[in-house]
Amino acid sequence: MLGDYSLSDLGSIFVMQGFAGLILFSVFLLMALGLAIIFGQMGVINMAHGEFMILGAYMTYLTSKLFETYLPALFPGYFFVAMIVAFLAAALLGAMVEWALISRLYKRPLDTMLATWGLSLILQQLYRSIFGAREVGVELPPWMLGSWQITSTIEVPINGMFVMALTAVITAGVALLIYKSRLGRQVRAVVQNRVMAGAVGIDTQKVDRATFALGCGIAGIAGSAFTMVGSTGPTAGQLYIVDSFLVVVFGGAQSLIGTIASAFTISQSRSTLEFFTSGSMAQVATLIGVVVILMLRPQGLFATKVRR
Amino acid sequence: MTTKSGDARNLSRRQMLSALAATPALGFIGRPALAASAANTTGLAVTDSEVTVGILHSVTGTMAISETGSVEAEKLAIEQINSIGGVLGRKIKFVQEDGASDWPTFAEKAKKLLVNDKCAAVFGCWTSASRKAVLPVFEQYNGMLYCPTFYEGLEQSKNVIYTGQEATQQIIAGLNWVTKQKGAKSFYLLGSDYIWPRTSNKIARKHIENVLKTKVVGEEYFPLGHTQFNSVINKIKLTKPDVIYAIIVGGSNVAFYKQLKAAGIDLSKQTLLTISVTEDEIDGIGGENIAGAYACMKYFQSLDNANNKGFVSAFQKKWGDKTVIGDVTQAAYLGPWLWKLTVEKAGSFDIDKVAAASPGVEFKGAPEGYVRIHENHHLWSKTRVGRARADGQYEVIYETAELVQPDPFPKGYQ
Repeated sequence: MLGDYSLSDLGSIFVMQGFAGLILFSVFLLMALGLAIIFGQMGVINMAHGEFMILGAYMTYLTSKLFETYLPALFPGYFFVAMIVAFLAAALLGAMVEWALISRLYKRPLDTMLATWGLSLILQQLYRSIFGAREVGVELPPWMLGSWQITSTIEVPINGMFVMALTAVITAGVALLIYKSRLGRQVRAVVQNRVMAGAVGIDTQKVDRATFALGCGIAGIAGSAFTMVGSTGPTAGQLYIVDSFLVVVFGGAQSLIGTIASAFTISQSRSTLEFFTSGSMAQVATLIGVVVILMLRPQGLFATKVRR
Repeated sequence: MTTKSGDARNLSRRQMLSALAATPALGFIGRPALAASAANTTGLAVTDSEVTVGILHSVTGTMAISETGSVEAEKLAIEQINSIGGVLGRKIKFVQEDGASDWPTFAEKAKKLLVNDKCAAVFGCWTSASRKAVLPVFEQYNGMLYCPTFYEGLEQSKNVIYTGQEATQQIIAGLNWVTKQKGAKSFYLLGSDYIWPRTSNKIARKHIENVLKTKVVGEEYFPLGHTQFNSVINKIKLTKPDVIYAIIVGGSNVAFYKQLKAAGIDLSKQTLLTISVTEDEIDGIGGENIAGAYACMKYFQSLDNANNKGFVSAFQKKWGDKTVIGDVTQAAYLGPWLWKLTVEKAGSFDIDKVAAASPGVEFKGAPEGYVRIHENHHLWSKTRVGRARADGQYEVIYETAELVQPDPFPKGYQ
């Protein structure tokens, strides 16, 4: 298919396709990060992950409306406020859910799955009752629209660049938090040996709640960011859940590096295959690849040793 | 519900008998044009003063987003019909059931509406999948379904009136228009990966290659719910088609148009023709993301005629002045009216008589202008091309001179 095109055309497409792959990588990583924390560190399979993302998206929508009505002068910067609101709202809901639901089910992982799935249905219907069944349009500040013209033939979407930068910041933040901070050490201690962690004076309940809330909060930020590239509706969260789990499981549940590597592998292969074959075929081929690799390496790409 | 409506029917029959016994008195108290026993010989829920119909759409689940408008339109039509005296002198009473975006649920609720509620007609379904799930039920229990969505064709039933366009009506006029007006020579076909976009693109490809003698430079499908379109957008940039022909649905739509704009494809320069984005969808996409795109369907909210002005103002008065009205919502509004006209033409609520009387029924008050039911139970209708504006409305820039004949089994296009 490439024979008919000039070399410079191909060169610029190659660059743009590289950016497309990187943007997809950022999107995957951003949506999987929250889940990686919850699933990886706590072993909780949170089926309502997508709905936490959509909570973030709706918070962005509300913030944009508020700014539009009361502070039109500050509208160009509303997105940063919206992301903070999204984080707080999702984290708060996460903490409540942990207290009401998850904390009672730590010893019954399969029941957690069922309970969080139920939660996802409840949240979907709640969004539908509050915001209506139709999708809402989130208006973006003008500077986030359009593309950045690098040369006459190379254009890169600005919102894609924004997602990339955001993902980098949040990933770095999470890495610092988990590997350098006091909370991070406590989280890792609880993961490695809950009883011993409790014995040396760590309040494991509090750590669990904080971890879950953090994971949900990050999902909220992701949801907020995805209003730029995707839809905001009651069931839009379902669009992200499969890919999120795919990334986390493929990467090896307990490893942040694994999540990054897996998001990179999956996004690059999908974006390349999509270019050379078609959307549906790329998805099928990527899934087959993931299944084969998981058959050979059931623990995922990177797995840390965990004492159970 | 069974016992209740059963009672009502028995009661009416008893009333009928006593009324017959006292025939001379009838002249004084007034009576419906036709007695219930004459207008209804098959035991439908019809009394001297009331007739029961069903509304069957998803108001929960994924499809609620699309089907809400149809429910609103059908309720409005029923209310308006009642305010001018109902059908054959009887007020319409409706029973609403929720298909919950789940096809087996649709079939079950359809059976309930026909068997328990004895509905004289059902207005409902949206996706082809739900229609195909209820079709055997309507054929087995002999019901009448009015289905509003534009769809892929390849279906026809005595028990269904299709008030939306079938694929050839929607596609061919649009392709002819874009070829003539824009001088389009190459097309890139896109779609969500299920029956409607695939069948529609198949028809489009045949028309492009065999009739228009131009070429298709790419054809591609994405799983429902796909949210990343950057790769295909790059392919479009590489192949530089004259027209992007997009049949993407649901949440994917929003992602596609947002990313298209972000990638620097300017729809005021690049022609994009879609058959899947109505005013309803633009609400979610955001007018500024899709402004400049062309859509080809039979109805736009901005249509300039007296029927439509009345319809839009009545709709917004009932359901809120921010409500937008898309193609399918208008088609849903036609259902109750066409049924009323058919019943009055047949002089009976009997399903067989209504089905037989349907061909040739014309509705001059249709917001889209004028429609007539064809022998194949689809509608003759005009096809129009609209251009999306940033305020979320379409500006109508072309309509076919004549009504387009529905052709659910098009020869040479399969």
